[in-house]
Amino acid sequence: MMRSYGSLFRLRFNNGLQYRTAALAGVATQFFWGMILIMVYRAFYAMADGASMPMSLPQIVTYIWLQQAFLTFIMLWHRDNELFQLITTGNIAYELCRPTDLYTFWYAKLLAQRLSSALLRCSPILIFAWFLPSPYELSPPPDLSALILFVVSLLLGLLVLVSISMFIYISVFYTMSPVGSLLMFNVVGEFLAGMVIPVPLMPDWLQRIVVVLPFRWTADFPFRVFSGHIGYHEALSGIMVQLVWLICLILLGKLAMRRALTRVVVQGG
Amino acid sequence: MIELNGISKSFKVARRSSGMKNAIKALFHREYTHVQALQDISFSIEPGEIVGYIGPNGAGKSTTIKIMSGILVPDSGSCRILGYTPWQDRVNYVKQIGVVFGQRTQLWWDVPVIDSFDLLRDIYDVSPQAYRDNLDLLTETLDLTGIIQTPVRQLSLGQRMRCEIAASLLHSPDILFLDEPTIGLDAVSKIAVRDFIRTINRERGVTVILTTHDMHDIEALAKRIIMIGRGKLLVDGKLDELRDRFGRRKTMTVDYEQHPGRMFAPPELPGVEVANWSKDRAVIHVDTVQSRISDVINVISSQVELLDVTVESQPIEEIILDLYKEYEL
Amino acid sequence: MRLFVRYLSILFRSQMQYRTSFWLLSLGQFFIPLSVFAGLYFLFERFGQLQGWTFFEVALCFAVIHMAFSLSECFARGFDSFSTLVASGDFDRLLVRPRSTVLQVLGSKFEFTRIGRLLQSVIVLVWACANLAVDWSLLKLMTLLLMVLSGVFIFTGIFILAATMCFWTIQGLEVASIFTDGGREMAQYPLHIYEGWVRRFFTFIIPFGCVNYLPLLFILDRTEGRDLLYAISPLAGILFIIPCLLIWRFGVRHYRSTGS
Repeated sequence: MMRSYGSLFRLRFNNGLQYRTAALAGVATQFFWGMILIMVYRAFYAMADGASMPMSLPQIVTYIWLQQAFLTFIMLWHRDNELFQLITTGNIAYELCRPTDLYTFWYAKLLAQRLSSALLRCSPILIFAWFLPSPYELSPPPDLSALILFVVSLLLGLLVLVSISMFIYISVFYTMSPVGSLLMFNVVGEFLAGMVIPVPLMPDWLQRIVVVLPFRWTADFPFRVFSGHIGYHEALSGIMVQLVWLICLILLGKLAMRRALTRVVVQGG
Repeated sequence: MIELNGISKSFKVARRSSGMKNAIKALFHREYTHVQALQDISFSIEPGEIVGYIGPNGAGKSTTIKIMSGILVPDSGSCRILGYTPWQDRVNYVKQIGVVFGQRTQLWWDVPVIDSFDLLRDIYDVSPQAYRDNLDLLTETLDLTGIIQTPVRQLSLGQRMRCEIAASLLHSPDILFLDEPTIGLDAVSKIAVRDFIRTINRERGVTVILTTHDMHDIEALAKRIIMIGRGKLLVDGKLDELRDRFGRRKTMTVDYEQHPGRMFAPPELPGVEVANWSKDRAVIHVDTVQSRISDVINVISSQVELLDVTVESQPIEEIILDLYKEYEL
Repeated sequence: MRLFVRYLSILFRSQMQYRTSFWLLSLGQFFIPLSVFAGLYFLFERFGQLQGWTFFEVALCFAVIHMAFSLSECFARGFDSFSTLVASGDFDRLLVRPRSTVLQVLGSKFEFTRIGRLLQSVIVLVWACANLAVDWSLLKLMTLLLMVLSGVFIFTGIFILAATMCFWTIQGLEVASIFTDGGREMAQYPLHIYEGWVRRFFTFIIPFGCVNYLPLLFILDRTEGRDLLYAISPLAGILFIIPCLLIWRFGVRHYRSTGS
């Protein structure tokens, strides 16, 4: 059973690696975006008292570069139309005939797509960002433990994100329209994850809302662990919270999917 | 009014080989193969003709049509249609022609057919009177009254094709290019389309150039055939002449009654081949150059009691296939 | 031209067939720039100013660019999605019609859902203007209008360039989005805050500076005397489309001599 998921994973992964030109263009785009964002923040910090800000400019720069490098790990919807089409056209029947648990099947697929996409893009961006002149450069993590914690929290964050995104696909079973399910969820979810501005820069009232939701654990948390903005102990407890969210979201997701599938079977697809 | 002279066109096609190594090589150095799509094509067509433009796939038919409709610029040669060189004065030239691409649609998908027609009227700047006259005529002869208010996406292929043809004639063009117009249509629609083409050719004098793989279209419509193969012009002549030259084989179907002592036996005449025979019917192929039909009938009637004789000419399909074989296409 | 309006109406009726999808997409198009604007608002809450620019000044800049972008995305969608037109061979269909290719490509697609973004930026514009201590005159209003118009021309020009690339290769389209989406994100702030080379590139090569910076200075009365020059600088942005159209014609000629 695990072997079939494994081979699906590998298939999707290799497939993703093929899109080299697209990846190259994507790297260029993200690099440009990163530069622009940093320039804007620089302008903000230019006349401000850096010390009184919740995040320093170097930390913001690091945050932005990590954001761009690992975009596919943190963007809520990863341009996958195949699953949408499966649901809306009713071809889902074929998927249901296979002896695999649909939730895990799709989870593996989405995970593989994001990983292969990120692998192509993250290193060029990180390498370029490393060698940029100050103040655009990517600063290293304060120590090795921060780096290790970053990797762990990043991967956990990815798993959490995929489990969140599963809900988007499950909702299409009910709405039969990918558009409606996507848009609002996407916009709000990404904002709350710290994609538009880092969480510490948000007003206090918003921060209180954000900490209760799972979104920030995908982007905001791991990136700030990297830069040391989140300390050792806080990082460890954060990872625990990630695990809890992950388990809850997967359980809820499986439940929701089972409900949705029975509905499909009852309606005849 | 259509004259092509020495038209030649070649394409560079990038070569792609499989495998990882070749893919990497391709990043640095692209290899091209040279494809000669058309070589020295010359013919002329008078107003009011219906010409069947045939050839196997990849022969260069679409390329010729594209050049004649002004889409493509040839490498060499000249082309005068209605006094224009198609690719030079495109905007003015195109007003006089209509084009129907069989597999692609020129109508807007989600709105009723009539809305597409109205927009085309504005694109072609058709006078309101001419538009109304054309629309009435086309609606009646193509039987569009029931479907003209329906969005295109809800129409069947046959209905859609009738609308496409109507759309291409709204601006009263002098020449109509039809690229595979009956492809995928059911028998009834095909007959309707063919009847219509014959009608507008006869009554409006529209010159029709028709590319098709369906030989029944050719038989029904084209009096003249131009055949192209691997970029070269192979045959240009009247269909009847072709039939006489190449269609020498005729098929006879003979119904008879046998009696003891009066049995059927294959006639011993040159060029006569019996395909099959039973106790009351025989199918015989006769090469009319070698033996006359009347001689064969005489032989058989001396053997058995003839009840019925049918003689059929060789179907166009076979003639064309023979031609293809002859030119090794 | 009347024909253009006809194209508009047929496409509008086409899209109205899918009503729910239309409203949902428009809603999304409203909220996407809204979230960017919200981020901007929060940052200003914390920092107070952007290198000397106040919140409402930047908001004005933001509104103008997003209005220009949404309008050009709406009208020039045919160029934006030109790759499908070429790939499906439908461009041949346009070549057989007696109208210019540019007009027909423009008329081939309208993305009316961008009205969501337009609405959002209009609201921001009104809000910003209401809170700015500007001495409004007729000339300034005209300048404002020209700013939006100029932006539309620049974005449309970039779309045309991206579409022209499709005559040679389908790939590399994402690079064009660096200049459309990237250009928008960058130009929504006054050009002044960027480094020298960015400023120079976006003033002389893709003249966003003539859309969001120079005229803005005029409106805010910071022009140090050269009033008229700054006021009419958006015209430079409008001129940008001319080389783009020339390159387009070159691309069409290439297509017609090499086939598809």
